[in-house]
Amino acid sequence: MKKTLLLVSLCLGLAAAVGAQNVQLNAAGATFPYPIYSKWFDDYHKLHSNIQINYQSIGSGGGIRQLMAHTVDFGASDMPMSDDQMKQAGFAILHFPTVLGAAVPSYNVPGVTGSLKFTQKALAGIYLGTITKWNDPEIAHANPGVNLPGNDIVVLHRSESSGTTFIWTDFLSKISSDWKGKIGANASVNWPVGLGSKGNEGVTGLLKQTPNSIAYVELIYAIQNNIPYGDVQNASGAFVKATLESVSAAAAGSAKDMPDDFRVSITNAPGKTAYPISSFTWLLIPAQIQDAAKRTTIVNFLKWMLADGQKDCEALSYGKLAPAVVAREMTAISKIQ
Amino acid sequence: MAATSTTVGPAGIDWRPQAILRRLRSGDEIAHIVTLIFGLSILAITAMLVYQLWIHSAPSRAKFGFNFFVTSVWDPVFDNFGALPFIYGTLITTAVALVLAVPLGLGAAIFLSELAPPKISAGLSFVIDLLAAVPSVIYGLLAIFTLIPLLRVTIEPALKHYLGFIPLFRGPAYGIGFLAAGLVLAIMIVPYIVSVSREVLLAVPADQREAALGLGCTRWETTWKVVVPFARTGIMGSIFLSMARALGETMAVTMVIGGTPQISSSLFAPGYSIAAVIADQFTEATGTLYLSALVELGLVLFLITFILNGIARIMIIATQKRGGGVAA
Repeated sequence: MKKTLLLVSLCLGLAAAVGAQNVQLNAAGATFPYPIYSKWFDDYHKLHSNIQINYQSIGSGGGIRQLMAHTVDFGASDMPMSDDQMKQAGFAILHFPTVLGAAVPSYNVPGVTGSLKFTQKALAGIYLGTITKWNDPEIAHANPGVNLPGNDIVVLHRSESSGTTFIWTDFLSKISSDWKGKIGANASVNWPVGLGSKGNEGVTGLLKQTPNSIAYVELIYAIQNNIPYGDVQNASGAFVKATLESVSAAAAGSAKDMPDDFRVSITNAPGKTAYPISSFTWLLIPAQIQDAAKRTTIVNFLKWMLADGQKDCEALSYGKLAPAVVAREMTAISKIQ
Repeated sequence: MAATSTTVGPAGIDWRPQAILRRLRSGDEIAHIVTLIFGLSILAITAMLVYQLWIHSAPSRAKFGFNFFVTSVWDPVFDNFGALPFIYGTLITTAVALVLAVPLGLGAAIFLSELAPPKISAGLSFVIDLLAAVPSVIYGLLAIFTLIPLLRVTIEPALKHYLGFIPLFRGPAYGIGFLAAGLVLAIMIVPYIVSVSREVLLAVPADQREAALGLGCTRWETTWKVVVPFARTGIMGSIFLSMARALGETMAVTMVIGGTPQISSSLFAPGYSIAAVIADQFTEATGTLYLSALVELGLVLFLITFILNGIARIMIIATQKRGGGVAA
């Protein structure tokens, strides 16, 4: 019985494979969404055995470069492409948000066990180097009853370029004109203070060892490794703890004002429940795709990703796209020609 | 061999077709051509490497010129790049590594080749060769979880307490920084020094030792005054080989150096090295100038390695001339 079933399914599979044209797509880019992308591409291959999507997580910058050089069919990036880059590419590139990520402030302060609250001014001050002690009034006022030591703050950051650094510095640029003018937002910046360590694991490793330190960590990494982190004050003044829901709320909050090309930063988004240090990660898709088979495949995949694919988000700790964003993306798919 | 042959040297090669054919058939000519191609390919690969680095660093070279070497800023947001802190970090970590690793490695090699019983020597040499095969990312991880806490809590405060009058050992102890990177590098290059030096020492002819002992030298005098000087060219070779490795080591250094482009007189301070910044930032570098500045850093590292290797050659030649020792 089992054997015949196997045979039948094999024949069906063969028939499907023969019936449809084989399509192979190559993509490259961001490392942050790699776990969910590889699951998506794998699941999609199981659903459509004739379609194979190869994704190399070489980093957002590499993804953009390869897309510009036409060595991949589409790219992926944790940062929207700049106007300069769009011009440099020489062909139209569409941005499609796929999932959400966030950066959270984690800390190691001896004697402090509960969750700390960080005002926007406090975070900007700490990372600019203007707030140097843990018992600075800017931190102490937001945390009444917490016994903060008068020790020097050891500021930690990622040494390698990363999307997490981009989210963090993008947020700091929005809330502090000093930061925007002197440092700016990028995957790696000219840090005014602090020590760098490589990767989430390097930063959290150093954080655990170094008393009185603070670091920003990718939300997924913090959740999966049970790393405690503090609440951050959002645009409406409320202190919000980063969760998958509060990150999605940030996307929902900014859905109304979102430009049609989705090249938008959603840090410090409006909404009482929105976590302010959140960001999309994007697929970068050429607006014109000559090969009809590839075009259809990409369009179908995007539709599947926005519907069924989103269900994988929670299991892998990614923020889900808000329904309002999904609806707008569905209409934007028709721009692919 | 030159004495027995009358037609030796390039001018004397017989270029007549049947002569070439004969040499081809006997295999000599084939071996000659094939090995010549292999030899030239090394030159060609180096030349292509430099050419590629040169071409791709053009925007950065045009914009910054010589200032690239003397600027301390590295700002990807405002496109302002200078190599000085990275050059400093590369040189200082390599220097720390050599200062720590050379005495240790040389001592171990002398023990293994001269003093240890053969069984222990063979066993230890096997372990040392194993050490050389450990991937650098493992050294980096070990450093993060064991070396750095040790540095921060014990070693650096102790150094500060006893040697704090030297600027090298001042400032806050974070654990990561130049000293940590230098230490990890030292651990990584010791196996190279030990392994190569031991081979060189073992290659010293036995009659040299016997002669020294016969003249009434002690075991140590024989080792230190006869065997080591005899092998010094080879020992220096092992040191320069490990120096080249320390200059270019990427992964382990990246994990512990602190990722901060700055020049500090303190070894406790976080810094950056050329290889580390390229590994950290190349994948995400988007702007043309940013990318070409990173490529130019690669060119600078090549230049540093080239210069230091040149100095090494000169030193080796000088030591060869000075004494009667032969290269192993």
